[in-house]
Amino acid sequence: MVNRDVVGAHYGLRDWLAQRATAVVMLVYTLLLLLALVMLPKFDYWHWKALWSLPLMQYATLLFMAALLFHAWVGVRNIFMDYIKLPGLRLMLYVLVIFALIAYGAWSVQILWG
Amino acid sequence: MTSTVARKRPKYLNLMQIRLPVPGIISIMHRVSGAVLFLMIPLLLWLFQSSLQSAETFQQFRSVVTHPLMKLLLLGLLWGYLHHLLAGVRHLFLDLHIGIELEAARRSSLIVLIGGILLTLAVGVALW
Repeated sequence: MVNRDVVGAHYGLRDWLAQRATAVVMLVYTLLLLLALVMLPKFDYWHWKALWSLPLMQYATLLFMAALLFHAWVGVRNIFMDYIKLPGLRLMLYVLVIFALIAYGAWSVQILWG
Repeated sequence: MTSTVARKRPKYLNLMQIRLPVPGIISIMHRVSGAVLFLMIPLLLWLFQSSLQSAETFQQFRSVVTHPLMKLLLLGLLWGYLHHLLAGVRHLFLDLHIGIELEAARRSSLIVLIGGILLTLAVGVALW
């Protein structure tokens, strides 16, 4: 008898780790954003625009968005794996979510450097 | 001899009858807040975009976010974000085997639950 071990899809550990790494990135960014908001001298268009013209804010936000989108993918996929039992429907939802996340990423770049 | 008679086991599958302990409550809240935040990404990106596009769209942005209903929604999202964040930090500690005893886990759950609400109020008051 051939011994065939039951193994997973092999992305479990990677995604578990990625979920934590991206969480830490977002935690640090949240503190940075809070600091930036507190230090903003006045909330008008010009001060606001100036804040988001800083390369630090732009690249930190880009990194945050990358972390957020991957984090959201792992989380939403886990929710679908728990509740959506029909394989076809689940795959369709995966595809929709992936496209939406890619679009959000592109949109973020456009907002930051548009 | 083993009995093959199926015993009637209590199955508390009625959600209204399950008494969820605090760690369970913040666990499901972690999931729900994550899902809601995911669904609200487009709204938040749209708001962010209108705040930066031009001085005119900035004014539109201000009038949109100062609408009472929008304020309520954003405050709810802020709560979701902060709760998710605190529950996530708790997860990181549990991963490091800190606070995994039942009592400690219950206490940290309560801290997450109350801390999320207090932080939301604090940040909410500071922003408005």
